[in-house]
Amino acid sequence: MNITRRNILKTTLAASTAVALPHLWLPGSGEAWGATLKKGEPIKVGLLFSLTGSLAVPEEDSTLVMQYAIDEINKAGGVAGVPVEPVIVDAKSDFAVYSEKAKELILRDKVIAIFGCYTSASRKAILPTVMQRNHLLYYPTCYEGAECTQNTICTGPLANQHSKDLIPFMVGNFGKKVFFVGSNYVWPKESNKNAKIWLEQAGGELLGEEYIPLGSSEFGPVLNKIRDAKPDFIFSTVVGASDIAFHKQFKQEGFKVDDMPIASLTTGEIETRAMGAEFGAGHFLSAPYFQTLDNPTNHKFVEGFLASKYGKNGVTHYNMEETYISAYVFKAGFEKAAAEVGFENVTPRSIRDHSGGLVIEDAVSPEGQVWIDKDNFNTWLKPKIGQCQADGTFKVVKAAAEQVAPDPYSIYPDLGVCTANGLKAPDGSIRKNVI
Amino acid sequence: MDLGSLINALILGVSIASIWLIAALGLTIIYGTAGVINMAHGELIMLGAYSSYMLQFYLGLPYLLCLPVSFVIVALVGLALERGLIRYLYNRPLDTLLATYGVSLVLMQGVRLIFGSDPKYLAVPEIFQSNVMIGSVSLSVFRIVVLLVTALLVLALWLLFYKTRFGVQVRAVMQDKEMAASFGINSSRIYMLTFALGAGLAGVAGALFGVLAIVLPTMGASYVVQAFLMVVVGGGSLAGSVVASGVTGELQSVFAFFTNDTFARFIIFVLIVAFLRFRPQGLFAQAGARR
Repeated sequence: MNITRRNILKTTLAASTAVALPHLWLPGSGEAWGATLKKGEPIKVGLLFSLTGSLAVPEEDSTLVMQYAIDEINKAGGVAGVPVEPVIVDAKSDFAVYSEKAKELILRDKVIAIFGCYTSASRKAILPTVMQRNHLLYYPTCYEGAECTQNTICTGPLANQHSKDLIPFMVGNFGKKVFFVGSNYVWPKESNKNAKIWLEQAGGELLGEEYIPLGSSEFGPVLNKIRDAKPDFIFSTVVGASDIAFHKQFKQEGFKVDDMPIASLTTGEIETRAMGAEFGAGHFLSAPYFQTLDNPTNHKFVEGFLASKYGKNGVTHYNMEETYISAYVFKAGFEKAAAEVGFENVTPRSIRDHSGGLVIEDAVSPEGQVWIDKDNFNTWLKPKIGQCQADGTFKVVKAAAEQVAPDPYSIYPDLGVCTANGLKAPDGSIRKNVI
Repeated sequence: MDLGSLINALILGVSIASIWLIAALGLTIIYGTAGVINMAHGELIMLGAYSSYMLQFYLGLPYLLCLPVSFVIVALVGLALERGLIRYLYNRPLDTLLATYGVSLVLMQGVRLIFGSDPKYLAVPEIFQSNVMIGSVSLSVFRIVVLLVTALLVLALWLLFYKTRFGVQVRAVMQDKEMAASFGINSSRIYMLTFALGAGLAGVAGALFGVLAIVLPTMGASYVVQAFLMVVVGGGSLAGSVVASGVTGELQSVFAFFTNDTFARFIIFVLIVAFLRFRPQGLFAQAGARR
């Protein structure tokens, strides 16, 4: 055969098709995951967070704390005796990039699990890919629920856990009248639906509900409405940069934290540091974790993380802790799966199947013992209420006595219950992968 | 609805207008004079905020002094930008658009590399963190500061453009560059100085926004669209931007008072689009050979 350009092209094309085909079209032996693990080769996991763009503030921290957790796990002998290797990608705060990078991580890098996303929008952008490949996503932060996929594990609080204690606490201590302020997207609206249920049970009264465009920094009109309504406290689901503007303008407009504190689901240690402690002091936050939690595991986590090369931002907050735990949920799930089906046969599917009911003990979890629900694969955890102090740290003023169950369909009981195999409707039918 | 609340909303409208205006002021000068579509305007605002942060954090300068110094720092950045890049692109508006967009990305990532992507904190005097009450009308002290600074800058710009020799030269170059040059005006120097001036004004805006909202590498993105709207609606002239910002600010506040914030913005943008459909040249279009 003469060596011509056409021949070379033909051969290359045929060869590359032959190589690509099994992966693309023949997901061998019923598993979409086209790779096998080998003893001695590192286990690859994908870290899909934004390192640039508007979501970089929380998500860069997520990447850093995951790297820290993976280092820690590797130092202690790895997962099932094998080190973990993170594949770090930048999703650039762009939902199209999330989806594209998720495909790359699964198909090209052949990671066995993806840790990623901070917003519901990005999670919903990558879920179709994750579900289609029967892969596994660890979603390491809070969200609104109303999802029942067979390919995610969430380590943050759901809407039904988040405000359950906060609303009665605020009503009991400050009064019945409340004003809701939130960013204008799905999570604040769903969270507020939950909060309204708790508010009704606590005998509270909703004076008004306002939503601000995401990223907006103009709170003048809303604060004027609050001034007229005279609530006893404000319930806030404002996120990101807007949240900082909100707290600043709250004080600049002459509101007093003692008369009308803000009870927030988001304003944690990084937000407080960015706005200045004088703007955050006195307000309340509901979260499963605070940097100041007084237990040996948390002391070790805070000191270890801040002293490590990943601790450059100088803080640990709830979102990072939930991300940190997700690494250990992965480790426990992987090891359990490996013990049952053998190391070489572990797939994303089998890790998920063996993760129901996993307990992360006090000795590992800085927020205290948590476990993964065996039906909906969200996390049983203890929501805590912290009050911001003059130095920007939080003092825990109330902690749930025991772990609260995650319930993704708490406000939509008509839709059914989330089980390990899918959403079970009241008529008994089961639908898989509901998002 | 009572009257006090409505008056409150109207006064707040003036404050919102001043925020729209100060964000647009620098761009008005740059676009109105040189016709440069400066996509990096938001990042110049961001640089102003970071300049103030640096001055405060490393030199311990009091906040009010940070405003003029931020003006100077960002004006110098603008000067370098104009000399190094923009001046080669004056006759290629589309290339300017792309080039300045590139500059905005470079500035954003550069700041991120140097300062990190976590938000920074600007301290202000205690008195700026409260409000004043006159009857049932309440306004925060810092909003009054923003209003005053904006008014002062508009006055200064007006004096500069209409009462000084430099102003006459700028307006001459705006109307007809070649003709002005034939009368001995160094138009290249005029462009350079107006670009630096516009950049400096963005710097002051940034120093104020850093206190009102947040200091972040990405903070400029939300202001640049806002600024462009005001400049385009106003027609590129100083008076145009003042009127456009005034009307927009009032409308936003009043609509938000009667409905809600999201709807208010929706209405405003619809109105702006409709307005530009019927008057594409803006409120006060300038006579000039360039356009």
